[in-house]
Amino acid sequence: MTTMLSPGPGNARPAEWAVRRALALVERNMMMYRRSVIPLAFGLVEPLMYLLTIGFGVGSLVGTVPGVNVRYPVFVAPAILATTAMNTAFNQTSFGVFTRIKVDLTYEAIVPTPLSATDIAVGEIASAVLNGLLTSAGFLLATTAMGLVASPGILLAVPAACLVSFAFAAAGLAVTTFLRDFPDFQLIQLVMLPMYLFGTTFYPLSTYPGWLRPLVEAMPLYQSIQLIRGPALGNFDGPTLAFATCYLAVFGAAAMIIATRRLGTLLLK
Amino acid sequence: MRYRRTWRASIVMSLGNPLLFLIGVGAGLGHLVDHHAPAQMAGVSYAAFFAPGLLAAAAMQTAFLESSGQIAGAAAPDGAYQSTVSTPLSPEQVMAGHMLYVAFRVLTSSAAFVLVMACFGLVSGARGVAMLLAATLTGLAFATPAAAWAVGVRVQRHITSAYRMLIMPLYMFSGTFFAVSELPGPIRVIVEALPLAQGVALCRSLALGTAGARAVAVHGAYLCVLIVAGFALARGAYRRRLHA
Repeated sequence: MTTMLSPGPGNARPAEWAVRRALALVERNMMMYRRSVIPLAFGLVEPLMYLLTIGFGVGSLVGTVPGVNVRYPVFVAPAILATTAMNTAFNQTSFGVFTRIKVDLTYEAIVPTPLSATDIAVGEIASAVLNGLLTSAGFLLATTAMGLVASPGILLAVPAACLVSFAFAAAGLAVTTFLRDFPDFQLIQLVMLPMYLFGTTFYPLSTYPGWLRPLVEAMPLYQSIQLIRGPALGNFDGPTLAFATCYLAVFGAAAMIIATRRLGTLLLK
Repeated sequence: MRYRRTWRASIVMSLGNPLLFLIGVGAGLGHLVDHHAPAQMAGVSYAAFFAPGLLAAAAMQTAFLESSGQIAGAAAPDGAYQSTVSTPLSPEQVMAGHMLYVAFRVLTSSAAFVLVMACFGLVSGARGVAMLLAATLTGLAFATPAAAWAVGVRVQRHITSAYRMLIMPLYMFSGTFFAVSELPGPIRVIVEALPLAQGVALCRSLALGTAGARAVAVHGAYLCVLIVAGFALARGAYRRRLHA
């Protein structure tokens, strides 16, 4: 007997993490979800409403989109898919995690277990990615049923949605560690809504005057849409896709480092 | 009174939100629409069409949030209403007071929105004032029925559900973004009968100067009936909850 197999309470240091321990949190979150499918369905209702109202409703006024020459709903659907992955993942690690910190006190029960703060961060991000993936897959099925698929390249949206979910889940968690109370979520809205509206979701970059374009291109949502819309419409532009992938990976990794550091001091103070 | 402390955050929701939509959708998407289908819009730019509808929808949103969410919170066992029970204020007076507050919120945020519209050259003078009244009427038509319902709600989450399942679809499909006449037949009839479509039609016809006296009277009367009916129901609901 040279090794102890079960580590005692709080044995893992904040910076250590293990797949098995992080998965325990994913499992916990999924178990909570099994009891209420409603949040997942909610996640689908909103993007579908935007698709119907703006994609089809306003779309009948727009006709085909200049520059890409596809029907307007076909143009909008991949972008809404990207925003679905973004919103689902982001809400999970922002509103969801903040509720678990402030209201449910979930982590107070987790901290004495072998899970480290990094395990918690990884676990939360992983479950948010899973959620983002499920919701975007649901949205993808719905758009396919509506006949809005222009190219088999739309299948690339599945791995892309994972990456987008990861980037925004990490960002959400990082932001959450800075929040004081629930009204602060209004400030988050102040960033998320403009990005949703101006990140080329509803109209192409060419609509903006030249000097505004770099600002739009710097948005993580714009890069997410680039990653999904191009292949979905059958345009595989290597450099664009590679840049968007790197952008999101770096953005997500940076956010994750911040989130993990701050979560450690926040939970173990 | 409590609003004094939180006004900054609520401005974000009630004013920032429609403003962003006005610029993002009205100007951005309008660019595509005006480019493609000027004929379908009867000589009106998409922004001019969209803005009054958005005003009515935003009035509804503000009114619903300020009414239902706050009321359900205040009516809870640890809420502000418990402390009014022991004062000479009757439940009806508490309700009327809250409705006055909602009216103030809708009126001020709509006024700010109309000012922005005026800056964009989308409305001017007397039309703007008429539209402001119409928007406030629309807001109150949601506030009083919402109050009647919310004062009895014991689970705060139900408010969020109602918002997402009821208010958001109304927001999206009541002719705000595109004309109700584009909807397929039977759905169109239903949507036209819904309160927000009435408010949108009222605001839009006033803004574009296409309002006929009879249509205005019908829309206005519809909204007033809702306000009065909601008010009457809310009186009873407040009495039951606060004196329970």
